[in-house]
Amino acid sequence: MSKKAVALMLVLLLVGMMFAGCAQKEEPAPAAPEATTEEPTAPEATTETPEPAEPMVMGMITDTGGLGDQSFNDSAWLGLEKVEQDFGIERQVLESQSADDYMPNLVSFAEEQVNLIYGVGFLFDESMKTVADKFPDQKFAIIDSSGLEKDNVAEIVFAENEGSFLVGVIAGLKTETNVIGFIGGMKFPLIEKFEYGFKAGVKSVNPDAEVIVNYADSFEDSAKGKEIALVQHQAGADVIFHAAGGVGAGLIEAAKEEGFWAIGVDQDQSHLAPENVLCSMMKRVDVGVYKVAQSVIDGTFESGTIVFDAKNDGVGYSDLAGNLTDDLKAAADKYLEAIKAGTFAVPATEAEFDAFVAPAL
Amino acid sequence: MIIFIALLASALRLATPLIFSALGGIFSERSGVVNIAIEGIMINGAFFAILVTKFTGNPWLGVLAAMIAGALTALLLAVLAIHLRGNQVVAGVAINLFATSITAFLLEMVWKRSGQTDAVEHALTGNPLTFLEKIPVLGELFAGLTPFVYLAFVAVAITYYVIYKTPFGLRVRAVGEHPRAADTVGINVYKIRYICVMISGVLAGISGASLSLGTVSLFREGMTSGKGFIAIAAMIFGKWHPIGAMLASLFFGFAEAVQIQASSLGINNIPSEFLQTLPYVATILVLSGFIGRAVAPKADGIPYEKGHR
Repeated sequence: MSKKAVALMLVLLLVGMMFAGCAQKEEPAPAAPEATTEEPTAPEATTETPEPAEPMVMGMITDTGGLGDQSFNDSAWLGLEKVEQDFGIERQVLESQSADDYMPNLVSFAEEQVNLIYGVGFLFDESMKTVADKFPDQKFAIIDSSGLEKDNVAEIVFAENEGSFLVGVIAGLKTETNVIGFIGGMKFPLIEKFEYGFKAGVKSVNPDAEVIVNYADSFEDSAKGKEIALVQHQAGADVIFHAAGGVGAGLIEAAKEEGFWAIGVDQDQSHLAPENVLCSMMKRVDVGVYKVAQSVIDGTFESGTIVFDAKNDGVGYSDLAGNLTDDLKAAADKYLEAIKAGTFAVPATEAEFDAFVAPAL
Repeated sequence: MIIFIALLASALRLATPLIFSALGGIFSERSGVVNIAIEGIMINGAFFAILVTKFTGNPWLGVLAAMIAGALTALLLAVLAIHLRGNQVVAGVAINLFATSITAFLLEMVWKRSGQTDAVEHALTGNPLTFLEKIPVLGELFAGLTPFVYLAFVAVAITYYVIYKTPFGLRVRAVGEHPRAADTVGINVYKIRYICVMISGVLAGISGASLSLGTVSLFREGMTSGKGFIAIAAMIFGKWHPIGAMLASLFFGFAEAVQIQASSLGINNIPSEFLQTLPYVATILVLSGFIGRAVAPKADGIPYEKGHR
């Protein structure tokens, strides 16, 4: 009999620990860079802070990367934190352990009737379509996906190719070996936007430089990221850019050990290795999250695609560690202005890259 | 030549965690306990290695902590599987989930954030035997190795010796093949199984440390990314034999290294998905008898009940 008691206790312990592990996080701020170079443009535009009797609730659902990915989930959460500060809403988060969690998480927020539900990542595509049909009065927002064609879903997409182009310019000018590396997570159109934008940036300033491209087939395997970075470095690469989530931790470690430059992604990643992170390509998921939240608060929520690009500071580059010389910054800014002015279009696909002619500025 | 040496070093580094974990699997399964929890034990090992290194500044204490954490996690499996005679696969899966959650929880407690820890200052990513680097040509290879790579091969030799050359090893194999017979001649089946499962935990714990301390010098959620399961595949591919498991691990590590180096080796026509499926395809082929016969220890996965017919 006592065996059964022990078994029961162990099971309870296990279950308890599991709940503790995936408990809802209300407060802890994600480890995001405290001071971002450019503040989102939105906050200044706030005119009124409506004070509803009960605070609005906005729910965010992470993809499998979860909070603490030092990347776009964190960035989205940071944006919602800003909304909380500015408008006094209540923010909630559900972390998805696997793709099977998307649907239940969406439904659970929808049943709570929160004011807005964010699905962070294009992987929410299918499940959000289904849930959006089931709850036609619920407002949704999806990040990195478009073409859902639902009346209650706002689609936040970014011009990653434009931000990557800028760090490509920096890499192309910085390299001494004329060999540059790119590490992608998985080869699909979203990550290819980083790849071809980056390559185009390199090509514009340094047509002789070679860009070695590797895909890790993972966003988590940091050991593999390190192996890839070491191989690329061995092949001569002295600047390596990644768009591979957790795989990038391996790149940054390799850069520290071997003494070359890494370029961070999504957020300013220079705090991970101030000596070796040259700069970071910024994808302001926080700005996107903020703008859509604001539209819900103002009552101007609209479905459909909202593009965040260089023009509205949705993408860019950042250098908190101060590793960029003024020359490099000036060069990147020159191209940034040209992109903003629409002087040339940054390629996002292989076909566009093949047809790309470096602009003369 | 340089590329070949780099490929070899890369393959050895990638194979190292697989070797440790596969050896762990061998100890456990040879004694008759299926250890699906290897992945979870690796996660705990990787985490506690970084945690203790952070506070003590000594990475070797971190490795020790990984071994202890691994042994304790395995003890949980042992209690569930041996003492309480629970379903070993279910218990293993539960422990995997448990490890993911407890490390995420502790990470947030200690580092006040989730996802990834800070890098520790002193890790074990460099070659400890620097004098080997003076050997011409091969020196380049040794320069790329970590202490864990050497330890992995030492562990293979020790495992082989213990399982095949010592009375204890004979008992382990007897318990895994026919526990009742072993019991009749006075071998304590429970004790042997407890010891083996805990050794298994120690090895999988080191495997985790080799990933965190030996590779990126930090802990990240999800950093094991299924390596524990690939190690189980390597164990089966190696037919539950230490040398076989080592060769299988090296083969899988080599395949991954080739995939990474594919572009510099000039082979772009092998889809990376194909190389990724290799461990699992190999396992299926072995289990279905296409490449020799792989026979699991006869009592593998069956809880032993004393005096029960």
